[in-house]
Amino acid sequence: MKKKIKAAKPAFSQPLSLRDVENHYCAGCGHGIIHRLVCEAIDEFGIRERVIGIAPVGCAVIAYDYWDFDVAEAAHGRTPAVATGIKRVRPDNIVFTYQGDGDLAAIGTAEIIHAANRGENITVIFVNNGVYGMTGGQMAPTTLAGQRTSTTIHGRSLRREGYPIKMLEMLAVLPGTKYLERVSVHSAHEVLRAKRAITKAFRMQIEGKGFSMVEVLSMCPTYWDMTPIQSADRIKNEVSTFYPLGVIKSC
Amino acid sequence: MKNKVLMCGNEACGEGAVLAGCRFYAGYPITPQNELTAYMAKRMNETGGVFIQAESELAAINMVFGAAATGVRAMTSSSSPGMSLKQEGISYLVGCELPCVMVNMQRGGPGLGNIAPAQGDYFQAVKGGGHGDYKVIVLAPSSAQEFLDYTMLAFDLADKYRNPALILGDGLLGQMMEPIQLPGPPAHEAKGASGRDQGPGVEKPWALTGCRGRSANIIRSLILAEGALEEHNKKLQEKFRSITMAETRSESFNIKDSKIVLVAYGSVARIAKASMQMARAKGLKVGLIRPVTLWPFPDDAIRNACLSAKKFLVVEMSAGQMVEDVRLAVNGRAPVEFHGRMGGGIPSEEEILQKIETLA
Repeated sequence: MKKKIKAAKPAFSQPLSLRDVENHYCAGCGHGIIHRLVCEAIDEFGIRERVIGIAPVGCAVIAYDYWDFDVAEAAHGRTPAVATGIKRVRPDNIVFTYQGDGDLAAIGTAEIIHAANRGENITVIFVNNGVYGMTGGQMAPTTLAGQRTSTTIHGRSLRREGYPIKMLEMLAVLPGTKYLERVSVHSAHEVLRAKRAITKAFRMQIEGKGFSMVEVLSMCPTYWDMTPIQSADRIKNEVSTFYPLGVIKSC
Repeated sequence: MKNKVLMCGNEACGEGAVLAGCRFYAGYPITPQNELTAYMAKRMNETGGVFIQAESELAAINMVFGAAATGVRAMTSSSSPGMSLKQEGISYLVGCELPCVMVNMQRGGPGLGNIAPAQGDYFQAVKGGGHGDYKVIVLAPSSAQEFLDYTMLAFDLADKYRNPALILGDGLLGQMMEPIQLPGPPAHEAKGASGRDQGPGVEKPWALTGCRGRSANIIRSLILAEGALEEHNKKLQEKFRSITMAETRSESFNIKDSKIVLVAYGSVARIAKASMQMARAKGLKVGLIRPVTLWPFPDDAIRNACLSAKKFLVVEMSAGQMVEDVRLAVNGRAPVEFHGRMGGGIPSEEEILQKIETLA
């Protein structure tokens, strides 16, 4: 007697919004995971044809080569201004920025603060790996005290270079921000939490609730001078103690 | 709105934008263009468009970048120091081939300078201004009426060529009130357009609108493949050549028999015209060429004037910027003299006449 074989539900598949191409990211880099989480969230809401993304200047500068939906580039740091222009004339589209720590927390500080303060109904994915990756590992505003980079060769000195910036905590005081959460992608468990946060950030926009931002702590083995596993451990043991994970603000 | 109204150049510029179907304006306060920002705040609100007072000139031009990327007609304005800040964004707009209209009501410089009229931003306007090899279309009105007309034209040219267009005015033209003839009801009122309308008569299949029913659109100026950026530049240069062929505009007065030809643009062209008339009354054969487009520059009009002209006199409110383009066009066929005022100084009719008399 023949047994009826049920087709198994695939546990893992290529998101529709993510192009099936090789990417340029280094081994152990978090960008690939975060790109995928963004695409999964978009697919789950079925909004691929409504989404307009804005790619930053930084390691994710060619994110549009990996995402299969409408994307604009932006000048370094001006990402939230470009998003504002798009969202205001096309409020029915789902508009998100994808920015690194140089883009969002250094050169684009004014743009992110004012987009948040205006309460723009956009979603911001902020990838914080504490270093400028694309340009060769210079100090970022989020670089931890003592961390060695190509421009802080003896480690970041708080007296000389100032303090690492906590962007979410800064933005939390603005009434225009509605949902702010910090997550990480250093373990499978944290990746699932990151997925939930990114999904919520898109849901906030879909429901018209206003400005939401998810900060994702991410690994940069190349410019941390570590193996991928050491990098993941560094987030768990060091980075996330300075940048606490969890919901910073939700209303 | 009545068909004949009294407006300053700043307001006329704003009304021209509304009439052209502008749906998005972002700007930052700076004198002497504040009437334009205020006018757009009022009119965008009335017509269902979007007005944003941006946190900086950088943000304003990049908001325009975003709006333009969706295909709507978008505009920003500023005055000299603010235009310096916008240069990064303008370079990106050209690189990404996004149309938009920008306005610079020039003031005295360098640095913070003053708020008096000047023409010291000519080089910045016509030679590129930001990084990379590029041009923006530059129109130079000389009256409130022309602010309205040229702003409408600027939107059409920007869309036609997928390139930013700049209205180059100055504080004098921006503030001066003059009667204006309105061309008719605004396009958006006529057809009850929505906020996302992309303007009359142009298809924009490249615009970011969400990829429903088509493959994804990407707006980018980053082109990394070997040789690809050079190809992109060749394409841009080809476009600039076709703009030069088709869109060069100027006005000429008394050129056929003129021994001395004045060259001036904007508000100075109006003063120079009066000087020309005073000189003619004295029996001096003086003509005037007034470039309407500063880029593309009316080389042919200047060259044609060389048939009769013994001398050229370029008058500017600068240390001498457009005079270089006049010299390139004249190419040694006649001496090119210069009279300039700076830092808010405005040449008088008599002052220019005196200079003419020393050359006669």
